[in-house]
Amino acid sequence: MTRLLLNPWLLFAAGVLLVPQAVTNQYYFTLLNIIGIHTILVVGLNLLMGYAGQISLGHAAFFGLGAYTSGILTAAGVVNPWLALLLGLVVSGSAAFLIGIPVLKLRGYYLAMATLGFGVIIFIVLVQGHRFTGGPSGLHGIPSLSLGGFPLDTPFRLYFLVWTCVGLLLAFSANLVDSRVGRALRALHDSETAAQSLAVHTARLKLQIFVLSALYASLAGSLYAHTLNFIAPSSFDIMFSIKLVTMVVVGGMASIWGSLLGAATLTVLPEFLAFFQEFEVVIYGAILMVVMIFLPRGLVRGLMDLWERRHRLTEGGTTPG
Amino acid sequence: MPPGRVKAVIGPNGAGKTTLFNLVTGFLIPDAGRILSLGAEIQGEPAHATAARGIARTFQLVQLFDHLTVLENVMVGRHRLTRAGMLAGALRLPRARREDAAIRRDAWEALEMVGLAVRAHQPAAALPLGLKRLLEIARALAAQPILLLLDEPASGLDPVETERLGEMILDLKARGVTVLLVEHDMSLTMEVADDIAVLNYGRLIAEGPPRAIQRHPEVIAAYLGTDWQG
Repeated sequence: MTRLLLNPWLLFAAGVLLVPQAVTNQYYFTLLNIIGIHTILVVGLNLLMGYAGQISLGHAAFFGLGAYTSGILTAAGVVNPWLALLLGLVVSGSAAFLIGIPVLKLRGYYLAMATLGFGVIIFIVLVQGHRFTGGPSGLHGIPSLSLGGFPLDTPFRLYFLVWTCVGLLLAFSANLVDSRVGRALRALHDSETAAQSLAVHTARLKLQIFVLSALYASLAGSLYAHTLNFIAPSSFDIMFSIKLVTMVVVGGMASIWGSLLGAATLTVLPEFLAFFQEFEVVIYGAILMVVMIFLPRGLVRGLMDLWERRHRLTEGGTTPG
Repeated sequence: MPPGRVKAVIGPNGAGKTTLFNLVTGFLIPDAGRILSLGAEIQGEPAHATAARGIARTFQLVQLFDHLTVLENVMVGRHRLTRAGMLAGALRLPRARREDAAIRRDAWEALEMVGLAVRAHQPAAALPLGLKRLLEIARALAAQPILLLLDEPASGLDPVETERLGEMILDLKARGVTVLLVEHDMSLTMEVADDIAVLNYGRLIAEGPPRAIQRHPEVIAAYLGTDWQG
């Protein structure tokens, strides 16, 4: 019975359904939607970073490509939002494919620099492309989504769409890392040489996972545009790419549930810290340092280790290892 | 190389033994010459493509997937013989599920054969060196290679483990796997090899059955040393 209750998927579904009973304020639903969107981004990036061991410091660019493809096409009223979302996936996926071919030959710091460069380029395009993107002041009047004639025009209504997407993508990702291709991904992280010696086409695999994580980011971007009905380049800058990497690391590299926890923690934290006003950033930084020093494997594994140790102590069983 | 035989390559350090391995397995591209596998030219092919032909190897410094479990390491060995793609796996399509179950079953069998099944769910990094070498061989064998290259498999093993390794290589030969062996442990080499090739500074200086090699004057001078007693 406890085993059943501790099933993370049941807990997740229960949480998603129960939260709306407790929350009434529309502002909190917006915050929850943003957490969901960040989770989609972070779990996609975690597949690339945590599992395959390839870093991207330009992930905000794919988020931006999705958001602006949806935003530009729907604000002008020329395209159905769902079609625009699909086109966003095509744009981001193609960009990732074309960039990935040369860039994924690089490793470590060099890959980080190259993806960072890509992020900078997309950011500048968004700022300078006044005619389409609205420039630095942003793009207004993005309509809300609707599903079969039912408008998803309040944060509460959108909440169910966003978190359904989150749930499906978490399940998709968890299945993926436990499949034939997922094992090859994790193998490539530990030893690319050995993976190749077992017939794993590592170059193609890296490209596949890079494109997949860009698709996650693009979907998140489209949802983001329809959530806020307004987008500006500052949401897609380098700082945001770095924030995503931080979310992956804080939640836990190579941890599906860690992605959810990392995204939630680092999205909510600034809201609480707003109380400290100008000290906000200092405290934010300090919390990150403390987490990394004491829970270097991320929140999920770190907390599980702590729980296990306490459990064993109270049971008076074997000494913790 | 004739199939189903064990061929050893020996030679002093820097003779080109590992380089030969890297050439055959596609990790290095030759400047000249041809490498043939079952009549097909494979020089210049990327490493994964060579592996896909059924040429498997182990490494001088053990290269396991440290964060994967012992079982998962062997499961990756089945990659060559399985097909399911990213989407099929992530969507748990029936054929991907069936294939995965078969991969798991085959990997279990392979682990039981080398006596590693009790450690199946430990991370590979937790194994002692002797078992790591064993696991690396089990992983390569999971790919059902036609040719297996072992790069100094006995280095770091104690005498008991080395003896077990020797039995394992003979067992492989009995099952029809062709083995190319680089090894400094002479008693192991003499015990398992059908043929020995001696390299020195990249040149083949002698080739033949163990007995003949032991008496070959040039080999004794270059490698075995004057105080060698077979």
